[in-house]
Amino acid sequence: MQEEHIINLVNVSKDYNGTEALNNINLYIRKNEFLTLLGPSGCGKTTTLRIIGGFEEPSTGDVLFNGVRINDLPPYKRKVNTVFQKYALFPHMNVYENVAFGLKIKKMDKKVIDQKVRNILALVNLAGYEKRDIDSLSGGQQQRVAIARALVNEPEVLLLDEPLGALDLKLRQEMQIELKNMQKRLGITFVYVTHDQEEALSMSDTIVVMKEGTIQQIGTPIDIYNEPKNAFVADFIGESNIIDGIMLRDYLVKFAGLEFECVDRGFAADEPVDVVIRPEDIQVVREADSPLKGEVKAVTFKGVHYEMLIDGNAIRWKIQSTVMAPTGAKVGLKIVPDAIHIMKKVTAQ
Amino acid sequence: MKKNWLSYPYLVWMLLFIFLPLLLVLYYSVTVRTEEGIRFTTEHFRRFLEPIYLRVLLRSLKLAFISTVLCLLLGYPMAMILAGNHFKQKNIMVFLFVVPMWMNFLLRTYAWMTLLEKKGLINTFLSWLGLSPLNLLYTEEAVVLGMVYNFLPFMVLPIYSVLSKIDKNLIEAAEDLGADSFTVFRKVIFPLSLPGVVSGITMVFMPAVTTFVISRLLGGGQFTLIGNLIEQQFLVVGDWNFGSAISMVMILVILLSIAVMSRYEKENEGGGLL
Repeated sequence: MQEEHIINLVNVSKDYNGTEALNNINLYIRKNEFLTLLGPSGCGKTTTLRIIGGFEEPSTGDVLFNGVRINDLPPYKRKVNTVFQKYALFPHMNVYENVAFGLKIKKMDKKVIDQKVRNILALVNLAGYEKRDIDSLSGGQQQRVAIARALVNEPEVLLLDEPLGALDLKLRQEMQIELKNMQKRLGITFVYVTHDQEEALSMSDTIVVMKEGTIQQIGTPIDIYNEPKNAFVADFIGESNIIDGIMLRDYLVKFAGLEFECVDRGFAADEPVDVVIRPEDIQVVREADSPLKGEVKAVTFKGVHYEMLIDGNAIRWKIQSTVMAPTGAKVGLKIVPDAIHIMKKVTAQ
Repeated sequence: MKKNWLSYPYLVWMLLFIFLPLLLVLYYSVTVRTEEGIRFTTEHFRRFLEPIYLRVLLRSLKLAFISTVLCLLLGYPMAMILAGNHFKQKNIMVFLFVVPMWMNFLLRTYAWMTLLEKKGLINTFLSWLGLSPLNLLYTEEAVVLGMVYNFLPFMVLPIYSVLSKIDKNLIEAAEDLGADSFTVFRKVIFPLSLPGVVSGITMVFMPAVTTFVISRLLGGGQFTLIGNLIEQQFLVVGDWNFGSAISMVMILVILLSIAVMSRYEKENEGGGLL
């Protein structure tokens, strides 16, 4: 086997008193990768993380760590450390004592502990903060202490539960870059939980999209963005126009009352499908230049681009473009075959 | 809009029934009425330094200390059980625990008398088993038992309320960092519960050191505590001046112990405890 799987979840399900939180999850995590569990709240991503951390036991299925079953292993015996959502720093200890907590329990030599704590605090840019009280730190600093406290134990896997959720946008973006750099430098496997798709796209090697306790898609950020497996993934990862369509035959789809060439094949003739088109993939052209016509209903300036809502053929299209058409303008909409993603309808559960 | 006047009734109350009486006690403790009139003196305080009275003070402190330690040893595990997660009937337990407190304090103590008497419930049971009856009532142990029984809730409730507010994430974080359940308790739960422990100790020690009912009912007057001494001076001997002086000493003892406890509490806030 070429790639090493550090963690395997095999047919893992979890229910809390009859409510199903996870439904038959199968997932492997490669050594040294940055894997993100992504999904809306209640999708089971945190439960998955807690099962890996040992805080929950799966109802059925197995958790393997380096190939060994660890279902019953309590958290304190696992070679995994967690950065908790609300940091969970010990309020009765200062920064140094918080970071040294795990090492002291392992009864390491005082000098070694001192060295390790100072190194890790330097790594998270908190050198000189050793004696500070937790309460006196800002959110971002507390976050760094939480990361340092986990990393100083040199875990094989670091679990992060929405660690940047409480930070403001700018700080969050800085921390994203720092975290990614740390992960590369230290060569530790990161399992990261977030509901923020941008965060997932910018940091991960692998993204696992989850919904209602099931895995929707596993893939690289590029795969998941460009080739979403179903309408849910497409909608969750970035914005999308999702339209009902009918696959007439290979490479030909009908939606919005018109026929379009596309690049997908392998569907049954006249099979109803979801057609997914990214807002930035629709071009606004002169009315005469396209059979699909519409009227601009609203324009919002978003910084890099304009976002326009255009009604055409009984569909409200969301379009992002650097060129603006004013409200009320009649325009044509052009969609190239490459921009049309055809997805099987998800059968209602 | 300021509503300061809303607190006036309370202030008047305080003034009339707490502040003025205290002043009176202070006044009595440092004066003596002679034929020439009233003059200031420290003789009452000097009198308190006689060994017989100091012994009473010492005994009061000793019994209160023993009771406080017992309350802590019994109360802490109790509070942990109440605050525990796994416990479904938590509310019923807390309720059962609080119910005795609704009963009159005197009644509860009298109930113990009927249990501990020479011909009380316990001795009847023992003789039924064929054992010789024990001398239970009117012992130091009976007084301590009465104190522990009456003041235990004051230890449990503050500890319980602190324990139940501890963030569960902190416990998980400690486990995550390699702490087994004993280490979690030693390094996280107990240090974080200290404010509750401190207020529990204060709330048990204060009434225990000043009680005169428990020592009279269960100690049978053989174990005069400082509270009994004060009561006697006022109601039996009629020496209000000496009674007031002992009261002032008592107030001093209480203020001192509060000062010690609150200082201890502050030191721990800084996180100095390892």
